[in-house]
Amino acid sequence: MTLVIKRLVKAYQRDQPVLKGIDLVVDGTGLTAIIGPSGTGKSTLIRCINRLVEPTSGQILLDGVELTALPGAGLRRARRSIGMVFQEYNLVERLTVMENLLTGRLGYVSAWQAWRRRFPDADIARAFDLLEIVGLADRADRRADALSGGQRQRVGIARALMQQPTLLLADEPTSSLDPKTSVDIMTLLRDQGRARAIPVLVNMHDVSLARRYADRIIGMSGGQIVFDGDGSQLDDAMLGRIYGGESWLEAAA
Amino acid sequence: MAGPAATRSTPAPPFRTSTATRLVGLAILVYAVYAAAQLDFSWDRFQVGLGNGARFLGRMFPPDFERWQVLVKGLAESLQIAVLASALGIGLALPLGILGARNLMPPWVTWPVRIVVSACRALHPVIVAILFVKAVGFGALAGILALAVASIGFIGKLFTEAIEEISMKQVEAVRASGASFMNVIGYGVVPQVLGRFVGFSTYQLDSNLRNSTMVGIVGAGGIGGTLFSAFQRFDYDFVLAILISIIAIIMIGEVLARGVRAVYIDGRGLGR
Repeated sequence: MTLVIKRLVKAYQRDQPVLKGIDLVVDGTGLTAIIGPSGTGKSTLIRCINRLVEPTSGQILLDGVELTALPGAGLRRARRSIGMVFQEYNLVERLTVMENLLTGRLGYVSAWQAWRRRFPDADIARAFDLLEIVGLADRADRRADALSGGQRQRVGIARALMQQPTLLLADEPTSSLDPKTSVDIMTLLRDQGRARAIPVLVNMHDVSLARRYADRIIGMSGGQIVFDGDGSQLDDAMLGRIYGGESWLEAAA
Repeated sequence: MAGPAATRSTPAPPFRTSTATRLVGLAILVYAVYAAAQLDFSWDRFQVGLGNGARFLGRMFPPDFERWQVLVKGLAESLQIAVLASALGIGLALPLGILGARNLMPPWVTWPVRIVVSACRALHPVIVAILFVKAVGFGALAGILALAVASIGFIGKLFTEAIEEISMKQVEAVRASGASFMNVIGYGVVPQVLGRFVGFSTYQLDSNLRNSTMVGIVGAGGIGGTLFSAFQRFDYDFVLAILISIIAIIMIGEVLARGVRAVYIDGRGLGR
């Protein structure tokens, strides 16, 4: 799998670009963390990849397919192979855990089948396997709004993995969770990425979590990539450049 | 430094009174008095009316259930009108409600749909019933169509508003999986609004039941026709029998509607 981003620009308002020409190549496997201050366009970047946000200009290619040029049906087909995990889990609250997992297969079943909850046996078997993996096997028929935050994010990850993605995106997956649960979720994301040999692209603002889990760290500031390397190369000077200022570094140390 | 007591002068009034609000209130009062004068709405007439009313009530007692076959036939027809009109109206309001939602549809879809739905709501069901009686002739069909139009007008709007209040985050997640538009509706939108839809629909059924007893007055079928002719023949004891029956039917309907709501809204999500 190779993800190539070329000169990506996104401006929600004319002449005020949030992303100012991003060039990035992600290939092979491994967890890539994108760090940077709030409002610097991390979320926008991730969302441009599956076009939940429409890029203003530039190209995004996934295995040679230009995602940015795809029309409706082609875009839906491409989205099927891109899993996404959200900060606020974005589960359909009133559906059960099992129904939320099967949402990951909606790109493959007709509306009539989906409406009657007639999913292929293989999908249902995979859903039970994934519930086992994320440790929620006994919650299949529980409604999503009855789960705790950590449990919901596990369901969110399982839903993304139901798609059998070739690329897994995660938009601040631990920002709404406590530190211990955050570690559990990051471990799950890293391990599942490795087990499936797919790249995982994670937005986060917790530098220590990024250092601990990422094989590669991308630092963004002001809508541009200012750092690209591994955790050992990420020194205080660079952190100061990414986040601006230095006093917060002393406080943390 | 002065103490706190010294700095505190007369406190500002805690509630602001608006001149505009007062003027509007005064205008309403003036208009009410003017309208009452115009319509000869006076105490004398009210007193005379009370006397008439007492005599009328006297002639209504005791209610006369002797012609119960006519009564049951009329009520059954009203019930059928209400149920069919609700099914037709709700069935059409559902897609229209979705098409009118601005968070799902582009403006060139929502605008025409919203205009159609508003038009359905603009006229009172009885006026719509008169139009349909002229169009399709006397009888229940006119009543069904009239109440179906009213249903579209009301719950079409309520459906749209409910959809516009949903969490788009949940919709976004379903969309991100590559789901088709219909699947986004089925899994991202409908689960969020189903409970409220059921609530609106039972409310509309309730309302249609009430209105189906009325459209008969203009010849659109149901118990209303029976009621109207009983009035015209001065069969006030039969009128009372009809009124009691209508009240009973409406109350039963409300109990049933509450039952449906209890199952779908308070309980078990999709009821599966």
